[in-house]
Amino acid sequence: MKIKPQHIAGQALAYTAFAVVIAYFSASPSYIHHPPDAALLKLSLTHAGQRVDDCKERTAEELAKVAPNMRTKQSCGRERNAVTLEMDIDGKPVYRHTAKPAGLSGDGRSRFYDSREIPAGRHVIRARMRDGNNPDVFDYDSEIVVDLKPRQVFVVDFDEEDKKLSFK
Amino acid sequence: MSNPIKTALRNGLFRVESGWDALVGRESNPMYCLGAMSWYFFWIVGASGLYLFIPYDTSAARAWDSIQYISTEQWYWGGMIRSLHRYASDAMVLTMMLHLLREWLIDRYHGVRWFAWFTGVPLIWMVFASGVTGYWLVWDELAQYLAVGTAEWLDWLGIFGQSIARNFLNREALTDRFFTLLIFIHIAVPLFLLFAMWVHILRINRANTNPPRPLVIGATLMLVALSLIYPAQSHPPADLDKATSVLNPDWFFMGLYPLYDTKGPAVAWAVAVGASIFLSLMPWMAFRRKRRKPAQVSPPNCNGCGVCTFDCPFGAVVMRPRQDESGHQKIAVVQPDLCTSCGMCMASCNRTNPFLPSQKHETGIDIPDFSFDLMVKRISARTHGLVGEGRVMVLGCEHGSVLDHLKGPSVGVLALHCTGMLPPSLIDYILNKDLADGVLVTACRPGECFYRLGPEWTELRLAGQRVPKLRGAVPRDRVRLSWAASTETKALAADLAAFRAALADLPKPERPETTKRRVAE
Repeated sequence: MKIKPQHIAGQALAYTAFAVVIAYFSASPSYIHHPPDAALLKLSLTHAGQRVDDCKERTAEELAKVAPNMRTKQSCGRERNAVTLEMDIDGKPVYRHTAKPAGLSGDGRSRFYDSREIPAGRHVIRARMRDGNNPDVFDYDSEIVVDLKPRQVFVVDFDEEDKKLSFK
Repeated sequence: MSNPIKTALRNGLFRVESGWDALVGRESNPMYCLGAMSWYFFWIVGASGLYLFIPYDTSAARAWDSIQYISTEQWYWGGMIRSLHRYASDAMVLTMMLHLLREWLIDRYHGVRWFAWFTGVPLIWMVFASGVTGYWLVWDELAQYLAVGTAEWLDWLGIFGQSIARNFLNREALTDRFFTLLIFIHIAVPLFLLFAMWVHILRINRANTNPPRPLVIGATLMLVALSLIYPAQSHPPADLDKATSVLNPDWFFMGLYPLYDTKGPAVAWAVAVGASIFLSLMPWMAFRRKRRKPAQVSPPNCNGCGVCTFDCPFGAVVMRPRQDESGHQKIAVVQPDLCTSCGMCMASCNRTNPFLPSQKHETGIDIPDFSFDLMVKRISARTHGLVGEGRVMVLGCEHGSVLDHLKGPSVGVLALHCTGMLPPSLIDYILNKDLADGVLVTACRPGECFYRLGPEWTELRLAGQRVPKLRGAVPRDRVRLSWAASTETKALAADLAAFRAALADLPKPERPETTKRRVAE
């Protein structure tokens, strides 16, 4: 199949236009995801609330009723408390969420995720979390003063080993 | 087609295609083979991807370096392959979306075509998933943006045991194992895509998955030149301790991400899933579409030659063993769910011949809504009373130019379901019986057939290159084939006028008295 001479210029033009469209939209126009002078504050943690019911010691009679391989001394309910998490920046509340525990039996972890831009500079960040049965008390409460740089990612998490809210 | 916006868009499409034909030549116009172009770009992406897997380092610390090395130190080969990989992917998205738009505009998405349309929707998801996971592998700032955005987007569903976004909280959170998983996904999804592409064309007979050679050569040269002149570049390496800021996204793949950034995951999911469901259900939303009765086989007239099975564009006719006393080993069987009633099978049948002695023109396979007998009668009726020099019978497609505009004292017209349902023997019949001085066959341009393959089969049959052939004794200067889209009625009228002028210059054919005009009614 021969290409007619009058089509050669047309094809050159068409292929150039095709290439320009591909080249341009493969990397243009630019997009600003976060302003270059802002920092990013991420709150991300998964935490299992305390059990709703306290563990009970089983009596000898109760132990005899269960199968031999399941005769543990304590009987513990599976359900856990919902976890409430709050965060303030420079004294202003910016986040408040109560997350139910995961799982059909409500025995899993509660999950939190938040990502927000924050002007670079000095800020007071306070986070508090309730995972127990008392609705009037926050079981964990921490505060930090940070000097955030432009584009810095600052993460609020929970350190399960040390059992405290962490800032890094 | 009742939607005026769609009609206007379709007419615009045909005009663009006409202009493009004039510019580059018909065989180099990609608009007629957008699906095949997507296949071709897929193979380029696959081949270049296989090569890129060799130098790629699947670790968070060295992934960016390994890509950067081939892009800068080996720009003439490794860098070019990387750019080919990217630009062919972009070209695939472009041709795929144009293919979708064009099939909708030409109304090729409902009826028996529901399967190809419906199975095409998951392909869009797979193409985008393949592309996005590929961009992750570079592990630059753009990859970081995509990784975090996609993870947050998926986490919103709440169906994953662990938060995916926590993998990207900071440098320590990211592991090399995650990159091994990523490359597995980036290879597995395109393999599924290939399988799904095969399913997509499963119900299409002679599906075109290879573009014409001029297009293959042209597109390849274009991609190679683009890769060398404007090679793909990485952003600075990803740093999870630093927020992404100014990015240069590949908009062919990443158009939905800013929507997620500004409106949140619920809206982004609603748009993506809503659009997919809407697209998937479109074949059943084409209301007021009257479905014609499928083709019917007449066992006494079917000799089991099988030509109809070769010509059916959707594989709706199959041959089955025959055990009656006809002496024929096989019989054609129509699968009604696949039949579009285009009539190409009827035209291909060697019994579809008006010269065969019969009270009623019977054939081996017929279209109930527009039987061969009816076709012969209509031709006889519409040529009856034609007067003057250059009497012409125009036979064309109801989806092409408006034939009624061509009607006149010397011109009769008949619109068929598709020009492909015209048996060449009927042209012979018209001229032989002196029903007209010439026959103008008009068909939609190849690639624009509402059914598929009608113009191609017509051209080959008239040229004597495909059975049933137009008999060699039929004077070719009295038969003209004219391509015309629905927007080209004026051009067709001009072609008709030129044809009639040419007919007037021809000497009157001498006919024996017995073959003079004989109206069939």
